[in-house]
Amino acid sequence: MTASDFLSRLLAALLTLFGVGVVIFCLLRVVPGDPIAMMISPSATPADITALRAHYGLDRSIFEQFVIWIGDVAQGDFGRSISLKRPVVELVGERLPASLELVFAALIFGVVSGGLIAVAGTLSRKTPVEPLLDLINGLFLAVPDFIWALALVLLFGVLWPVFPLSGRMDPSVSTDFATPFYLIESMIRLNLAVMLDILGHMAMPVLALGLPLASIIARTLKEALNEAMVQDYVLLGRLKGMSEMRLVLGEALRNAVGPTLSLTGVQFTFMIGGTVIVERIFSFPGIGSMAIDAVINRDLPLIQGIILAFGTLFIAINIIVDALSNRLNPRQTHG
Amino acid sequence: MMELKRRQAMGLGASAFLSAILAGKVSLAGTDTSTLTIAFNANLPSFDGTTGLSGVNPAIQAIYRSIYDQYIGQKTDLSLEPGLITAWGWNDDKTKVWFDVREGVKWHDGTPLTPGDVIWSLERAAKPETGNPVASVWASIGNFTVSGNKVTGDVKNFDPTIFKWMAFLTGYVLPKAYYEKVGAEGFEKQPIGTGPYMFDAYEGNSFLRLKANPDYWGGKPAFDTVVFKFVTDATSRVAEIESGSSDVTLEIPYEEYDRLSKKKGLAGVTTPISDIGMIFITNVGPMLDKNVRLAAHHAIDKAGIVKKLLRGYGVPIDTLEAPQYDAYDASIRVGYDPDKAVKLLAASGYSKDKPVAFKIQTTRGLKPKDYEMVQAIVGMWRKVGIEAEIEVYEVAKHFELRAGHKLAPAAFYNWGNAIGDPTTSTGFAMFSKSPHSGWKSDDVDALIGPLWGEKDEAKRIAGWKAADKYIAEQGYVIPLLQYVQPIVFKSSLKVQPNVSSALQPTLVSKA
Repeated sequence: MTASDFLSRLLAALLTLFGVGVVIFCLLRVVPGDPIAMMISPSATPADITALRAHYGLDRSIFEQFVIWIGDVAQGDFGRSISLKRPVVELVGERLPASLELVFAALIFGVVSGGLIAVAGTLSRKTPVEPLLDLINGLFLAVPDFIWALALVLLFGVLWPVFPLSGRMDPSVSTDFATPFYLIESMIRLNLAVMLDILGHMAMPVLALGLPLASIIARTLKEALNEAMVQDYVLLGRLKGMSEMRLVLGEALRNAVGPTLSLTGVQFTFMIGGTVIVERIFSFPGIGSMAIDAVINRDLPLIQGIILAFGTLFIAINIIVDALSNRLNPRQTHG
Repeated sequence: MMELKRRQAMGLGASAFLSAILAGKVSLAGTDTSTLTIAFNANLPSFDGTTGLSGVNPAIQAIYRSIYDQYIGQKTDLSLEPGLITAWGWNDDKTKVWFDVREGVKWHDGTPLTPGDVIWSLERAAKPETGNPVASVWASIGNFTVSGNKVTGDVKNFDPTIFKWMAFLTGYVLPKAYYEKVGAEGFEKQPIGTGPYMFDAYEGNSFLRLKANPDYWGGKPAFDTVVFKFVTDATSRVAEIESGSSDVTLEIPYEEYDRLSKKKGLAGVTTPISDIGMIFITNVGPMLDKNVRLAAHHAIDKAGIVKKLLRGYGVPIDTLEAPQYDAYDASIRVGYDPDKAVKLLAASGYSKDKPVAFKIQTTRGLKPKDYEMVQAIVGMWRKVGIEAEIEVYEVAKHFELRAGHKLAPAAFYNWGNAIGDPTTSTGFAMFSKSPHSGWKSDDVDALIGPLWGEKDEAKRIAGWKAADKYIAEQGYVIPLLQYVQPIVFKSSLKVQPNVSSALQPTLVSKA
């Protein structure tokens, strides 16, 4: 990607985010649900309500509110959460890393296990194992992440309680972290006990998010591999006496990975959306869990901040996937 | 020496890694009788329980009551008891209030509680700019003076419930010097109070860890550590208690309560709480017809709903006063009488063939079987000649519609009243000037209006009972049932249920 390409992508990203900001700002003020109505006590007088509305700046016109908000956002001030009473930037900065660690772990799980299933399926073509693998994969694909979450709670939380049910780490573990990236920090500090505890808490949410991704990757990659396996260069390799494993991993995989990568990027963004429910079920303190509370409480500044964070993430992922696809596509690499 | 191939080594490494995770889990989840872990049903948005949404959220008062003390304490039957204020009252003509501040109390940082802290907390709460949602309540008293530990203040607007509010929402004493030193944000990061447990660690949307306050004026708490796990999903709370990961949980489906409370190693307790299910009637369209309103009420088999939908966990009610409330009058009965409902509707020209039609709004999943309850009611109504269309709404929409007097002719919701006073049940739900009333009419206001400032307590309560009777006769609201709170806990513990619904750690002890 050239510098001008990068600048044009950046400009497009900023314009997209501005559009997202406009849409979400207007939408939140059109849909029913007044945050002030939710916090007035039964004894509140009209004067109390007016005072509260003014306190949160909701007594101004929508246009006026938008101009103030977008002006503040341009300066890095995303406002204060109505329900949590803290700066939105601070809150998103605290919670987003938890979600990022979760989704990246789920991504790694999905890619590795999906890739392994695809390779195993390709190697077992036209054997009784293939339909069995397809059947299992189809089952994983058909079950949504939140159903997985509930099933995992029952299986590994109650019937065979090997994984913690809720939270990001055990409450008895010290929370003295320098960064909000607890897993990465514990790895860097070589704090094995804390790292294992965090991984244990992530196990079920990662499985819930990662299993559907793994099955999609497995299906797509297997189809691409099957197509590649009948290409001339593979047939030539086979004639040369190369093993099936080597043909799959050494020859076919490189060419099959392109479409899978693009799809993985798309699915990854869906998976970030999936954190909203999964984090709720496992009481995982990420941005998805916070988003639900923000919506229930009609915490307008916080919802806006979270949506912008999601938007930024989606755009960044798309740029990265595009760059990777270009890099891995021989036709584009060699001009 | 045995040599490992690369693949074997990787396999062994992976096995060891997984084993270590599992082993780590087991060791961390080991039984610790000095720690109480509560799988709690709500998140804690803020440590300041006197402002914003947190101030009026009944679900999290148990946490605030652990860290802070209220001006006045509350027993589990809703009656008041000494808190940080040990004695209180009005002068004879009720133009002044007085109260004695408890001596020898320390904040969690070791500094002494002073009458100045109490006055500062009251004055801060009275300022709307602080964001206290009931600032007008606190503004009804002021101009405080101190003599020793006795505080005297002026009554600006007589409110007979002011001392009850001191044990209710936003009625917490905060540390003046500490708060002014660290500011609102500093306080959120490291809150201190005078309560039985002290802040230790907090992970938003995940857990709050408290440690016992060794200097607590009420005696050393039963547990060294209390952990509130924020588990807002009911299924996950069931799993928490069933797996032994938590010691206590609450607000789970009644089916699960029945199952878990019979399980070995677990026990359960239920109690009717200060929260009722009701149908707001809005004075629009067909609801302007008294016959329709009363028919809608008589057609509902509340006992049947409690028995069949809630497995018996509920108390049918006919007024907005639950049996534990100050103005409860058992003689006020509306009664299930479908034949009477048919006759009332016929008098207004309606029948099963020519039904009266209106919309009923309801939440879905907010309270136990709320939507199913409304479905059942609509079925009962259909049998007498009422055709109701169900619309599901969110909590936020309900509040907006209610505040704007735009609810549907019938709207199901719940109403909490943890001090049991009629002003905070019938009063705010039925007085037209209240932003939360559904029915707004002069006849009700004429009954209720004089009671807000009534200084004779017996006369005041009698007045509210009369208002409740009149409202029932006119069918201005359809009270349905008092909710029952299920609590499940390890059988090694004892739990004292609380009518206010606040599951405070101080109500849990070792069996």
